[in-house]
Amino acid sequence: MNEAIEAAIARHRDQPGPLLLVLHDIQQAMGYVPPAAVPRIAAALQLSRAEVHGVLSFYHYFRDQPPGDRTIRLCRAEACQAVNGDALARHAAQRLGIGFGETSADGRHTLEAVYCLGNCACGPSLLIGKELHGRVTPERFDELLDGAEPAP
Amino acid sequence: MTATVFIPRDAGALSLGAEATAGAIARDAAVRGLDVAIVRNGSRGLYWLEPLVEVATPAGRVAYGPVAAADVPGLFDAGFLDGGRHPLGHGPTERIPWLASQQRLCCSRIGVIAPAEVADYAAHGGLAGLRRALTLAPADIVREISESGLRGRGGAAFPTGRKWRTVLEQEAPRKYITCNADEGDSGTFADRLLLEGDPLAVIEGMVIAGLAVGAAQGYLYLRIEYPHARRVLKEALAAARAAGLLGDDILGSGRRFDLEVRLGAGAYICGEETSMLESLEGRRGEVRVRPPLPAVRGLFGMPTVVNNVVTFASVPAILAQGAGWYRDYGRGESRGTLPLQLGGNVRHGGLIERAFGVTLRELIEDYGGGTASGRPVRAVQIGGPLGAWLPPALLDTPVDYEALAAVGAPLGHGGIVVFDDTVDLSRMARFAFEFCAQESCGKCTPCRIGSTRGVELMDRIRAGQDVAAGLERLGQLCDTLRQASLCGLGGMTPNPVESALRHFPEDFRVRS
Ligand SMILES: Cc1cc2nc3c(=O)[nH]c(=O)nc-3n(C[C@H](O)[C@H](O)[C@H](O)COP(=O)(O)O)c2cc1C
Ligand code: SF4
Ligand code: FES
Repeated sequence: MNEAIEAAIARHRDQPGPLLLVLHDIQQAMGYVPPAAVPRIAAALQLSRAEVHGVLSFYHYFRDQPPGDRTIRLCRAEACQAVNGDALARHAAQRLGIGFGETSADGRHTLEAVYCLGNCACGPSLLIGKELHGRVTPERFDELLDGAEPAP
Repeated sequence: MTATVFIPRDAGALSLGAEATAGAIARDAAVRGLDVAIVRNGSRGLYWLEPLVEVATPAGRVAYGPVAAADVPGLFDAGFLDGGRHPLGHGPTERIPWLASQQRLCCSRIGVIAPAEVADYAAHGGLAGLRRALTLAPADIVREISESGLRGRGGAAFPTGRKWRTVLEQEAPRKYITCNADEGDSGTFADRLLLEGDPLAVIEGMVIAGLAVGAAQGYLYLRIEYPHARRVLKEALAAARAAGLLGDDILGSGRRFDLEVRLGAGAYICGEETSMLESLEGRRGEVRVRPPLPAVRGLFGMPTVVNNVVTFASVPAILAQGAGWYRDYGRGESRGTLPLQLGGNVRHGGLIERAFGVTLRELIEDYGGGTASGRPVRAVQIGGPLGAWLPPALLDTPVDYEALAAVGAPLGHGGIVVFDDTVDLSRMARFAFEFCAQESCGKCTPCRIGSTRGVELMDRIRAGQDVAAGLERLGQLCDTLRQASLCGLGGMTPNPVESALRHFPEDFRVRS
C-alpha cells in the first residue's frame, strides 16, 4: 500500500495543483484510496487532512473501500431511460443482489450509477471496467456477466 | 494489392461489437490469403449503422453496416473488398443521404482519418489554420474569430472572440488555455466523437488560442467516464509533440505551447467553468463567485480561456477558410454550424452537423426516422438534464439560440433526446430534482436543500396528495432556484420541471 501512495506523491508533488492527480494514481493502482493514506498525502502536499478528505468525498468517482473484481457503471441518465434503462437497472441490481453503490458479498461485483457515458444513441449503456457496452438488454447483461473476463 | 478497410475504434462502435468485427475481418482475410490493411478510425456518427465498415475503392469509400462478426464471412463471399453488393451495403459512404445532407465543418474529419496521425490530418485540411495563425498578430487572430460569429458550444453560447479579447488584453505573468471536455450533459457526445475521431483538431484549436491571447500552457479537462477518448488523446499528444505541433518551437516558428490532460472524477458540476478550474487546481469543484471572470482571474489566478471541445475544434477551419466562410452558415445571431446529437428512443441516432436554422422536426423525423420502439414521439428533451421538455407541436422550432430560448428551451450543448409515449413527465421532473440534489456542489442553499425539497414535493404530487397546493409550492421553489442560485445547476433545474408541467399537465394529475 505505502509503495503505491509514495509513488503517486513522488510523481506529482511538484506539479501545480497535484491533489487530484495523486488521488487518481492511488485509486488506479489500488482500486480505492485507503483512509489511512489521507494523513500521508496531506503532509506531503502541505494540505490539511480536512482538505484532502473534502476533495475525496466531493467526487463520486473516488472510493474509500476496495471495489469488487469488476466494477459495473450503469448509466441512469435520460437518453438511456428513454430505451428501458430503468428496467435494465432493476435487473442488474436484482441479478447481482446488490443496490447501486454496493459491492456483492462475494467481492466479485461493484455496481455504480453514472450519468451519461456519451453513448446516448446506443443505449442503454454501461461500462464494465473500461469496456463500454451499448443496447444492453437484461439478457445481454446476463451474457456479459457470465462471459466477460474480470477487468479492473 | 492491399485492400484498406476502416473499422472504427470509437467507444460507441466498440460498445456495439466493433472489436469482434475487426478481429473477424483480420482472421478471415488471413485464412483467405488476402492482403488487408485495417485502419482504426473514429466514428462518422451514424450510430444505427455501427459497427460501420468501410472499404477504400477506386470510386471512393464504400460502407457496410451494421457489421457483426458473424456477417464477416458473407461480406468476403460478396467481394466487399472490391465494393461488392451485400444486404448490409450502403454504397459510397459520402452519398448516404443521412450524411450527404449534413454540413460538416468542425466534424469534417471524424470517421475519415486515422485519429492520431498528423500526416493524415494534414492531408485532410489540418494545420492550415495554425499555419495562417502563425503569420498573424494576436489581435488579428482574435478579430477573425470575432467576425466569424462563433459562440461557445459548451452551453452558454458566449461569443468566443469577445472572451479571447478579454484574455489578450490582460497583463499577467502567465495565461492559460483550458479545454472543457467534461461533457456531462446526458444526450450529448459530440465532444467524445471529436476527441476520439479528430483530436488533433482540438489540439490545433487550443494552440491557435494560445497564440491569440499569449498563453503557452494548456489543460484539457477530460471526464473520467471517457477512457477511450483518453487513450486516443494520449496518442494524439505524442504525435503532436513529435510533429512539432506542440512544444518549444511550434512548426518551426519559435513559438511555444504545451498541453496536459487532467481527469475529472465523476462530478457533473465540474463542467461549470469555475468549478472546472477549481478541479484542475486539485480542489473540490465548488463554483466560484463571479466576477472576476476566468478571463481575468482564472486558473491559478491567471487570465484563462475556457472553451468547449467543439468550440476549439471549430477554430482551425475558421482561420484556414476565413471568418466570412463560417459566418455565411446559420441564421440570426447563430452563425456557423452545430453538431447536434440525436439520441434516446430514436431509430437513426447519431451526430448531425448542420447550419443553424434546421428544425427540430427535420432532425427527429427526417434524420431520426421517429422512435426506435415504433411508438409515437411524445416528448423531446433539448440541451441536457437542465434543458426543457418539448411536445411534438413545438418541433417546427428552428435550431437557433434565440428561437429555442423563445420557447423556453435553451440549446445547451446540442443534445436532443427522444422519448415515446410511455414516458411519464412527472417522473422526469422528479428526476431533474434528484439529479440536482445528487450533483449540487453545496455552495448555495436553494440548490443544496431545495432540490431535495423538490424530490419530496414531486413524490407527493405523484401520489395525488394535495396536488393543487403542491404545484403552487413547486412554482415557488422553481422561482427561488432560478433567482437565488449561483450557477446554472440550481438556476436551470426549473427548466425541465416547469416545461414538463406546462406541456404535459396530464402527467401531474392536473385536470385540464
Ligand atoms: C452546471 C453546468 C454544467 C456545465 N457543463 C459543461 C460541460 O460539461 N462542458 C462544457 O463545455 N461546458 C459546460 N458548461 C458551460 C461552462 O460553464 C462554460 O460556459 C463553457 O465551458 C465555456 O466554453 P464555450 O464558451 O466554448 O462554450 C456547464 C455549465 C453549467 C452551469
Ligand atoms: S447552484 Fe448548486 S451547483 Fe451551482 S453553485 Fe449553487 S449549490 Fe453549487
Ligand atoms: S444518457 Fe446514457 S449514455 Fe448518455
